[in-house]
Amino acid sequence: MMDAARTRAWLTAAARLINANSGHLTALDTAIGDGDHGLNLRRGFEAVTAEATGDTPGAVLKAAGNALIDATGGASGPLYGTFFRRAAKALGDAPEVDDAVFAQALAAGLAGVQTLGGAAEGDKTMVDALAPAVTAFAAGGDAAAAAANGRDATESMTARKGRASYLGERSIGHIDPGAASAALLFQALCSVTTD
Amino acid sequence: MKKLINTPGTLLTDALTGFAAAHPALDVDVRRRIVTRAPTPGRVSLVSGGGSGHEPLHAGFVGPGMLHAACPGEVFTSPVPGQIHAATTAVSGGAGVLHVVKNYTGDVLNFALAAELADDDGIEIATVIVDDDVAVEDSTHTAGRRGTGATVLVEKIAGAAAENGEKLAVVAEIATEVNARSRSYGVALRAGTVPAVGTPGFTLAEDEMEWGIGIHGEPGRRRGPIAPARDIAAGALDAIAADMPLEGEVLVLVNGMGGTPLMELYVMFAEVTAWLEARGVRVARSLVGDYVTSLDMTGCSITVMRLTGTLRDLWDAPVETPALRWGR
Repeated sequence: MMDAARTRAWLTAAARLINANSGHLTALDTAIGDGDHGLNLRRGFEAVTAEATGDTPGAVLKAAGNALIDATGGASGPLYGTFFRRAAKALGDAPEVDDAVFAQALAAGLAGVQTLGGAAEGDKTMVDALAPAVTAFAAGGDAAAAAANGRDATESMTARKGRASYLGERSIGHIDPGAASAALLFQALCSVTTD
Repeated sequence: MKKLINTPGTLLTDALTGFAAAHPALDVDVRRRIVTRAPTPGRVSLVSGGGSGHEPLHAGFVGPGMLHAACPGEVFTSPVPGQIHAATTAVSGGAGVLHVVKNYTGDVLNFALAAELADDDGIEIATVIVDDDVAVEDSTHTAGRRGTGATVLVEKIAGAAAENGEKLAVVAEIATEVNARSRSYGVALRAGTVPAVGTPGFTLAEDEMEWGIGIHGEPGRRRGPIAPARDIAAGALDAIAADMPLEGEVLVLVNGMGGTPLMELYVMFAEVTAWLEARGVRVARSLVGDYVTSLDMTGCSITVMRLTGTLRDLWDAPVETPALRWGR
């Protein structure tokens, strides 16, 4: 079951994890991108912590999406912002939802990310962690583990989207920073749903 | 790292404060990070923006005959939709707004969301994506070619068309044509240093250079021994000509990356001109200097645009901006 308080707890936990891992995310991005993923997401999730409030899970997620879009910059701001906004739209104004409905909302968020960014699984992006995590959550499985596995699988991939794609095969051997931050989001989600 | 800054965290604000003081004819909103000039009612306006660190792009090109607004992001980070929307709203003259966007995922996504916000407010938006960098190969398997030197040409020529009172669709078509007729290629002798990071984006030995670089400190396509200017010009122009046959009259931009002496840019321009004229291509218009930089990177990019009579006239039209001015 997800209500407004638990949704906010998810985002707060995510912000803590992003903050703690900001240097690691930036290091991953320096290797194959432009070295600002951790800095940008930390700024974005500080805004989420300050602004993501509301009486329903949908309202909290919509405010989180807007905060990310307004504060983050780069590609990750619009992409994560769209993930939360589309999930919020799917949830409507229900004061609480069961896990099956919440899973459908996460799937809507993933679809929004893929439409906006144009990435498929295997392109070495956040989608490689988000997609298996959303599937696992819907099946009642371990979404955090699925996201972590998806993140680790990006190491052997050749980037086809985003700034790492300019490197072509020189991107092989590096974990995608977007997949790494997506895994943190699901680690945070599982920390508030499994107790 | 040695920089003329106070702290990395205040760099953008401090630079905009100085820009505002130096160019009182422009409206600079330091808090919202937008640089604007008053629109002409009934005329199309042009808005551009992108990460900081490429000065004078884009704020240095705001003024009569060119842009109406620029929205600088953090160093090498795109601006955000609310900021772009504020700039768009501030300069909308009622005839639509052209967004000039360099082809980087972050810029493209943030401008797309800003265009939706403008649409909600009843402002008609057209978008031109600039992607002139031939160093990005396999473009169907990447985010696509990067926008580099041709951005200046698009902003100047489309700005002149808007000044002439052309409709939004026509201004957008001309901007698209400029991009389609332009190709660029860049080289670096030393990488730039992002102030918040403190170390260069990549490291080259004293006798090495990087071919096919972008403007964000990302490594290029390959590394090789340092070569004479003649060979560097030939390497860049070979890559450009392989992608777009060169003939007739062209405009050449030899652009410094921020840390290159102007004297060396003129050496490069001489070699570029000699290469082109030996192949029957006439350099009819030229621009040499720092226009699309990458902080303090040493190196240059070469942009070639195949001219038409119309594009040449629009290039020659009067312009009055901090970084480009003639004919008024």
